[in-house]
Amino acid sequence: MTTGALTIDSAHPHEFEHPDTVGNKTFGFWLYLMTDLVLFSAIFATFGVLNHSYAGGPMGKDLFDLPYTFGETLFLLFSSATCGLAVLAMHHERKGLVLLGLAVTFLLGLGFLSMEIHEFHQMILEGHGPDRSGFLSAFFTLVGTHGTHVTFGLIWMGVIMGQIVTRGLATSVQSRLMRLSMFWHFLDIVWIGIFTFVYLMGVM
Amino acid sequence: MFGRLSFSAIPYENPVTIGAVAGAMVLGVVILALITYYRKWTYLWTEWLTSLDHKRIGVMYIILALIMLLRGFSDAIMMRSQQALAAGTSQGYLPPGHFDQVFSAHGSIMIIFMAMPFLVGLMNIAVPQQIGARDVAFPFMNSVSFWLTATGALLVMVSLGLGEFSKAGWSGYAPLTERQYSPGTGVDYWMWAFQIAGAGSLMSGINFLVTILKMRAPGMTLMRMPMFVWTTFVTNVLMIFAFPVLTVALALLALDRYLGMHFFTNELGGNMMMYVNLFWIWGHPEVYIVILPAFGIFSEVVATFSGKRLFGYTSLVYATVAIMVLSFSVWVHHFFTMGAGPNVNTFFGITTMMIAVPTGVKTFNWLFTMYRGRIRFTTPMYWTLAFIVTFVIGGMAGVLLSIPPADYVLHNSLFLIAHFHNMLIPGALFGFLAGYAYWFPKAVGFRLNETWGKRAFWAWVVGFYLAFVPLYVLGFMGMPRRMQHYANLAWQPYLVVAAMGAAVIMLGILFQMIQLFVSIRERDANRDLTGDPWDGHTLEWATSSPPAVYNFAKIPVVHDIDAFRDMKEKGVAYRQPDQYRDIEMPKNSAKGLFIGAFAFLFGFGLVWYIWWLAILGALGMLLTVIARGSDDDTDYIIPAAEVERIENQRYRQLSAAMDRRAEGQIAPEPLAQV
Repeated sequence: MTTGALTIDSAHPHEFEHPDTVGNKTFGFWLYLMTDLVLFSAIFATFGVLNHSYAGGPMGKDLFDLPYTFGETLFLLFSSATCGLAVLAMHHERKGLVLLGLAVTFLLGLGFLSMEIHEFHQMILEGHGPDRSGFLSAFFTLVGTHGTHVTFGLIWMGVIMGQIVTRGLATSVQSRLMRLSMFWHFLDIVWIGIFTFVYLMGVM
Repeated sequence: MFGRLSFSAIPYENPVTIGAVAGAMVLGVVILALITYYRKWTYLWTEWLTSLDHKRIGVMYIILALIMLLRGFSDAIMMRSQQALAAGTSQGYLPPGHFDQVFSAHGSIMIIFMAMPFLVGLMNIAVPQQIGARDVAFPFMNSVSFWLTATGALLVMVSLGLGEFSKAGWSGYAPLTERQYSPGTGVDYWMWAFQIAGAGSLMSGINFLVTILKMRAPGMTLMRMPMFVWTTFVTNVLMIFAFPVLTVALALLALDRYLGMHFFTNELGGNMMMYVNLFWIWGHPEVYIVILPAFGIFSEVVATFSGKRLFGYTSLVYATVAIMVLSFSVWVHHFFTMGAGPNVNTFFGITTMMIAVPTGVKTFNWLFTMYRGRIRFTTPMYWTLAFIVTFVIGGMAGVLLSIPPADYVLHNSLFLIAHFHNMLIPGALFGFLAGYAYWFPKAVGFRLNETWGKRAFWAWVVGFYLAFVPLYVLGFMGMPRRMQHYANLAWQPYLVVAAMGAAVIMLGILFQMIQLFVSIRERDANRDLTGDPWDGHTLEWATSSPPAVYNFAKIPVVHDIDAFRDMKEKGVAYRQPDQYRDIEMPKNSAKGLFIGAFAFLFGFGLVWYIWWLAILGALGMLLTVIARGSDDDTDYIIPAAEVERIENQRYRQLSAAMDRRAEGQIAPEPLAQV
């Protein structure tokens, strides 16, 4: 900025009008989450249609290991809790605690993702891959879309942690962390739906 | 290394395609050479390609739309000439495989790459100014949206010279689009072009929704928003609810095609009806996505050129919102014949008929706005009048088709083709062309030539009726759509008339090109020095033409639906503020362009199974997004002194224009005599 601009700046402190960018971004992100919800709804509906299209292949109760998936669920639920703690620490400007909370969240998320990949891997090895039947296509796609979201969430979390380390809890970083936490809780809610409709009702 | 891409992908054997490719490439080289010759690369890069200014992005959207209009229209004229020729023993000049690509490309291009960019472009130019804002909520995302749309269009264009385009129609029904029946690259081009452009549209929807809800000038309550802002708002709601479903439909199709899954296949539990449902859950709202903004434009145009307030503003708002809700409850009428059963069909038939009610309300609003108005017959007004008459005819055909038993007879016939062209050409395109003429002076700074505009109008309207009325008749005569060749010679005379209609429309397009050329040549005579060439009612006419980068030096305060008219009546419209403040605006960014470029690599790699290229494109997009997301230095400050300098210049120009007006050198209302 030139000196001229600086003097004008100090002559009229806080007088330039600019929109509430953080508020706009938060609101825009809520709208994005709604679109993502529509996306998941469409995939859920697809799963509902193909739920019994086994085509002679295995059914849900042949494939799902509920205790295993329950463990997976706990990883994700606890990661949501630690993510919430990280945001609380952010409000108290405790940088170290924020990083700790995010690191734990990251590890729990990674644990969830590894368990899911392991589950997928086992099923494919046993010949129950997504190309086996309409049901399995829908299963892999619904659960996999959620998993892809978690993957992007983890990448995002890594980037935010890097920003906290290098820049501290600047307003821009805080606003990004808020949106990340919205995203993370959203994925938790979607997972509750998946666990209920895919796994619990599949085993019933 | 190059997947399934090889030199055999170039369609040497097809002279029509090769001619088109060669033409496009020569044109491209000429344009690049001209830019280089006039040393305009820096200008192009800094002022346009990397600009985050919503007005510039809007203009780029419209240029893209006009280019794609030419491409889509070439496809149309090929279909009409083929069908005029290929009767009885004659096979015409397009072989079946090529004809199928032509009609698929025509529909895909006209909806996704002509109508969508056109309407998003007009939104970009008008909406922020109409609500008294300086920019959209997310200027960078706006640029990403544009470049993703352009990338999709580029993929469609590349399919002309490398490989083929889809032969499965613009709606791409499975299982025809499955790998088993369409193993070539065509469906992949179509699918990824839609997917990439669709992501752009979704982002536009979020962007404008936040802009409209959060950035209106003080005093502008929801019920004081200009009608175009209202229709844009409703369109954006439709976009964010509908486009994710298209994303899913195409993603599932991609999983079928690439990973051998069974969503829409014939065997192993696939359900092809699900594709049709998912596609039209997006597809029907999409019809309203393209038509509602045009309704907004007609509302603005009718009020301005009748010199009156819009009649029944509140009822128009509620009618628009009613259409928004109803548009999600009619999708099954696209496939009444696919065995849903009488109860389901009845439900969807009735909801379809119900949409005619709010639409009828709107028609009366426009008619009563004109009633006892002092109407100025400008080009935008011409388009509006033709729209009202033509659209009502198409709407009646639609109510007829909404009766399931009638639909059983007329489904898949040319009657349907006539019907939806009768809705979309007047309902969307005429509106966009009206908006193009209406906001052209605002965006560019001078008015378009009226004489050529009206010539183009007459050619379009006469051509439209010639081209599509015969199709209604042919529908009743039982001619199915999408025929490359037919044996029934009784159809031919009608198809010859339809082809002549297409030729007249071609004249209309030619006249519009002449209009643009003539207007640029005579720009000094038609300059808009006041910023208010039409005696407008809404806030976009309060800025200069073209507006300063920040639109409004001082954010206006709104007291009325017709905010600017209200300001003019109170004599405060042109009052210069005592002092100016610093203004914060977004810096240019090339990252939107990069994301578009990486998206192209991603899409192209997937089409040709060049996996490393697709991964490169995906990684490129991800890293660019991360880079942008780590950039805290995205804005710059325009100091108050600079704002004052720009505004003083504007007010000097304004008072000179007002003086000339007072001395009678220019008419007080520039187009009063037209």
